[in-house]
Amino acid sequence: MKRTSILAATLAAGLTLSACGGDSDPLDDSGEESGSSSSDTITIGSASFPENVLLMEIYAAALSDAGVDVETRGNIGQRETYIAGLDDGSIDMIPEYTGALTLYLNADAEATDPDGVYAELQDALPENLTVLEPSAAEDKDSIVVTAETASEYDLTAIGDLEPVAGELVLGGPPEFEERFTGVPGLNEVYGLEFSAFRPLAAGSNLTAQSLANGQIDVANIFSTDPSISENDFVVLDDPDALFVAQNIVPLVTTDAVNDEITTTLNGVSAELDTAILTELLAQVVVGGEAPEDVAREFVDSIG
Amino acid sequence: MISSVFDWLSTPANWEGDRGIISQTLTHLEYSLIALVCAALIAVPMGLYIGHTGRGRVVAVSIAGGFRAIPSLGVLFIAVLLLLPRLRGELAFALPSLIVLVILAIPPILSGVYAGIAEVDPAARDAAKGMGMTGSQVLWQVEVPNALPLMFSGMRSAMLQIIATATIAAVVGLGGLGRFLIDGQATRDYDEMAGGALLVAALALLVDFVFGLVQRFVVSPGLTKTA
Repeated sequence: MKRTSILAATLAAGLTLSACGGDSDPLDDSGEESGSSSSDTITIGSASFPENVLLMEIYAAALSDAGVDVETRGNIGQRETYIAGLDDGSIDMIPEYTGALTLYLNADAEATDPDGVYAELQDALPENLTVLEPSAAEDKDSIVVTAETASEYDLTAIGDLEPVAGELVLGGPPEFEERFTGVPGLNEVYGLEFSAFRPLAAGSNLTAQSLANGQIDVANIFSTDPSISENDFVVLDDPDALFVAQNIVPLVTTDAVNDEITTTLNGVSAELDTAILTELLAQVVVGGEAPEDVAREFVDSIG
Repeated sequence: MISSVFDWLSTPANWEGDRGIISQTLTHLEYSLIALVCAALIAVPMGLYIGHTGRGRVVAVSIAGGFRAIPSLGVLFIAVLLLLPRLRGELAFALPSLIVLVILAIPPILSGVYAGIAEVDPAARDAAKGMGMTGSQVLWQVEVPNALPLMFSGMRSAMLQIIATATIAAVVGLGGLGRFLIDGQATRDYDEMAGGALLVAALALLVDFVFGLVQRFVVSPGLTKTA
């Protein structure tokens, strides 16, 4: 066991190092550029997935309406990379998720409910970074069933599955079977014992497809996945907060933040919820629209 | 690294049960053999026909070459997405995986059979005809026995590729040795990943050894001596 963890740590360190090496150059270059340009310009970054790019564009559209000079720098890779970008000043702000960011900064964080996670996040933030008000919108692990299954067994919360779980097949990414916020947690927190678990490749829509077609009855899907609205899936409530809250929140450097930015983005966050974000994301991912157009439309609609 | 992989391989608990090494190896072999039989049912008659008549060589060569260029993982996803809404239960995942493996196995079998038949010594074929053998007698009594070494090498290379590639069935949630690779990666259990990879290699070598033994008994000793 000890050997295993040493090996894993060595490999993980190797991967992290190589990831930094590969991605650090573009960031260094941009750091010098933005350093030499006007310091009033706010550079907003995003991680490399569509939802984060969309959120970046929403922040950018709202801020430029408020008269702030904005630049965007999308698709900066993983958290390790863009946090380094915030530290060296090549970006000033990025859309983040409370739970994931808290665990990144403090691996011992324990809270799973939105308020508790947000409080732990504020404690864990280094001095040069701050977060604004969190939005109700969340992109987190959720347990999803089809509308038919939900009405057949009268399901609204995860716990409602308890009497029928033995007849149902659960599907999700392979790691869902092992990690606590997965099969073991569903068993411990909600007493669910599914008849089988079918591991399906993550990052594809196989899980959603399999749920829609009945190969699995219950699925682990992210709460903003466009397949949810496309197929009328029902997201089951998680009253005991097994899955860590992942409220969307702007992460800003303390150097860049000011009242204008705070008021504007708190306004945007207040208007966003998971359903709206899912819908906007579907326009990008399914409808093929440009994220900046979808963002512009949304910002105009909230005035 | 090597010793911790060995620890994983030598832990009895990893070998037992529904998800254990023995059960997954048997599942892996089952998929592989079904795929080999299906591919052989398609490729052997085609190869025999083309080799015997000499017709359709261009088709055979292009099929063999073209199929080799098809990316397995891509076919798997397309097949799953197309078939998932049309099939019930386990079959919706099993059939796409099988299609991928069959496509993979057709080229080596087809080229082995076709080349084996085509390269039979023309003198032997002429002699058989001169003795008054019919076309099908020439095929079954002269050409096929003479072509067996090349046919076997086609089968063996197909089986090696199938066993290595059957790991991708795990991507769509099926069993087999690929489970250890996929699950190991998902849970960052690198011992499990490396152990699974070693098992795939070991299984491939073992099956090839068995095929080699069969080949020894089936192929005429006269051919083996000259080869």
